Amino acid sequence: MNLHEYQGKKLFAEYGLPVSTGYAVDTPEEAVEACKKIGGNMWVVKAQVHAGGRGKAGGVKLIKSADEAGEFAKQWLGKNLVTFQTDANGQPVSKILVENCTDISNELYLGAVLDRATRRVVFMASTEGGVDIETVAEETPEKILKAIIDPLVGAQPYQARELAFKLGLNPEQIKQFTKIFLGLAKLFTDKDLALLEINPLVVTDEGNLHCLDAKLVIDGNALYRHKDLQEMRDPSQEDEREADAAKWELNYVALDGNIGCMVNGAGLAMGTMDIVNIHGGQPANFLDVGGGATKERVAEAFKIILSDENVKAVLVNIFGGIVRCDMIAEGIIGAVEQVGVKVPVVVRLEGNNAELGSKKLAESGLNIIAATSLTDAAQQVVKAAEGK
Amino acid sequence: MSVLINKDTKVICQGFTGGQGTFHSEQAIAYGTKMVGGVTPGKGGTTHLGLPVFNTVKDAVEATGADASVIYVPAPFCKDSILEAANAGIKLIVAITEGIPTLDMLECKVKCDELGVVLIGPNCPGVITPGECKIGIMPAQIHQPGKVGIVSRSGTLTYEAVKQTTDQGFGQSTCVGIGGDPIPGSSFIDILKLFQEDPKTEAIVMIGEIGGTAEEEAAAYIKANVTKPVVSYIAGVTAPPGKRMGHAGAIISGGQGTADEKFAALEDAGVKTVRSLADIGSALKEVTGW
Repeated sequence: MNLHEYQGKKLFAEYGLPVSTGYAVDTPEEAVEACKKIGGNMWVVKAQVHAGGRGKAGGVKLIKSADEAGEFAKQWLGKNLVTFQTDANGQPVSKILVENCTDISNELYLGAVLDRATRRVVFMASTEGGVDIETVAEETPEKILKAIIDPLVGAQPYQARELAFKLGLNPEQIKQFTKIFLGLAKLFTDKDLALLEINPLVVTDEGNLHCLDAKLVIDGNALYRHKDLQEMRDPSQEDEREADAAKWELNYVALDGNIGCMVNGAGLAMGTMDIVNIHGGQPANFLDVGGGATKERVAEAFKIILSDENVKAVLVNIFGGIVRCDMIAEGIIGAVEQVGVKVPVVVRLEGNNAELGSKKLAESGLNIIAATSLTDAAQQVVKAAEGK
Repeated sequence: MSVLINKDTKVICQGFTGGQGTFHSEQAIAYGTKMVGGVTPGKGGTTHLGLPVFNTVKDAVEATGADASVIYVPAPFCKDSILEAANAGIKLIVAITEGIPTLDMLECKVKCDELGVVLIGPNCPGVITPGECKIGIMPAQIHQPGKVGIVSRSGTLTYEAVKQTTDQGFGQSTCVGIGGDPIPGSSFIDILKLFQEDPKTEAIVMIGEIGGTAEEEAAAYIKANVTKPVVSYIAGVTAPPGKRMGHAGAIISGGQGTADEKFAALEDAGVKTVRSLADIGSALKEVTGW
């Protein structure tokens, strides 16, 4: 689960990290008010969306009057911000973060990630802050400094010093960096993060380190033990159908094609998309009904697939291991009766009670094409989607 | 011969009296797995499915001499269960449970390595040596004793590969589901090493998917160490970047972890790759000449 910048900075503040004074606001009036509360004569206003690249897209602005904050809020609240990280529709702007302005003398990068290759939390620091760090990692990997955290003893001050010296910081800044590093490491484990980025971590004109941005991703599997983080969830940033599917414990991801897919198992669901593609079709979605699929969930899965108007045909691919194919068949029949299916449905049932499942479908009187194999199923559904 | 488990492996179940534990233990017993008991704290001294129930894994190991444990406990309690088994002297832990926090796994992995315990999973179907021992949730009837070793990050894709190798008449030596999480207890390399050393395994099927670099690391290992024919399929050529495809570990992030990169690495290592999962069986036939 992603957090907004303002939520991340709130956590930073709780862990004693240097962040700007700021207010996340919902209306232009509150934006004006926030400037007055902060004081001074220069502020930064930042649109809050779950995507990077906001600056270039016009979602971040330096302003010199409180009225400008109001205008910015009016311009963006309720609108979508399109950045290089979003799709063509962009992400809805949830709130505006109004902050005091920070003088920047230098921009650094500091991040941490759960690294799969080393199976450790790995910190990364770079003198190349403020730019796309993935580009830095690709073009000049020597500019990314790393510190690997031992899970049994945790982050140590010497690791921070090693990074800080290589970043060319002065003695006072090294002290500040160590405090930030250890604070972030604690935050990472306390809150079950999967990823953390401060880009940029700036050196101010006075020579102090300051966290100018905050990107935090929480491990979804660990959310159950973080009530405070659960409340930070912003459904407006999520795809509506994906969120709807999640309520039924279905994994759904919308794609651009016209062949709806309903499959049991995540790997097989991907494999089904791929085989549809090989035979000239375009999958409309990824959907895993899971191992313990109930009749109700299968029916819901059908509804979600059919709520996509692009869907011209549906492929149901079930390998019955734990899940019984006759139960899947009942789910399909139930859903078709409930929703009314106007597109052709190709079904491939294999494994547990497959024959009984096929028999039930055949006896239902529904317009269902029974496939004899996986390849046959893919070919049939591509043909069906083309109206042949 | 086989890898990890055989007809003599003594297995206990953690979460024995729960719904999942009960259902799959019944199936395992019916298959002929040497189930010797189970653990449910507070129910020690009772009997379930005709087997003794213990309060702790330590009690179970002392009384039964169990060397493997299968875990069905809910995700929030899984770290505790894995560490309990590892510290009680269990040598093979198979964690079926999905949804374990990644930081929990990170700690479990460190501890298991330190104690010399093999951890399979989590979020996996388990391990089966057909005709001898079944630990996990895979459907028994599709398997057949034979000569192909199968290792996979996905449950249902494993079943597809199993069915194709059975239909071709090759059968399986052992099938290992390493699971779909970002930090698995055992990697492709751990299992490939076992298959390479196992005289009964004559060919290997490796099924990967998008996300991470485990397949690329496996490809480098195969190039240097594996002499047996390997057929590989990678799921997710059509998966969009930045989206989690069901499994916690199946996500292309920062341009890393695409199926195309994995296919390329495997092909460079001399692995026979297939783009359609329906072609696994026929590709095996082709590379082995069986």
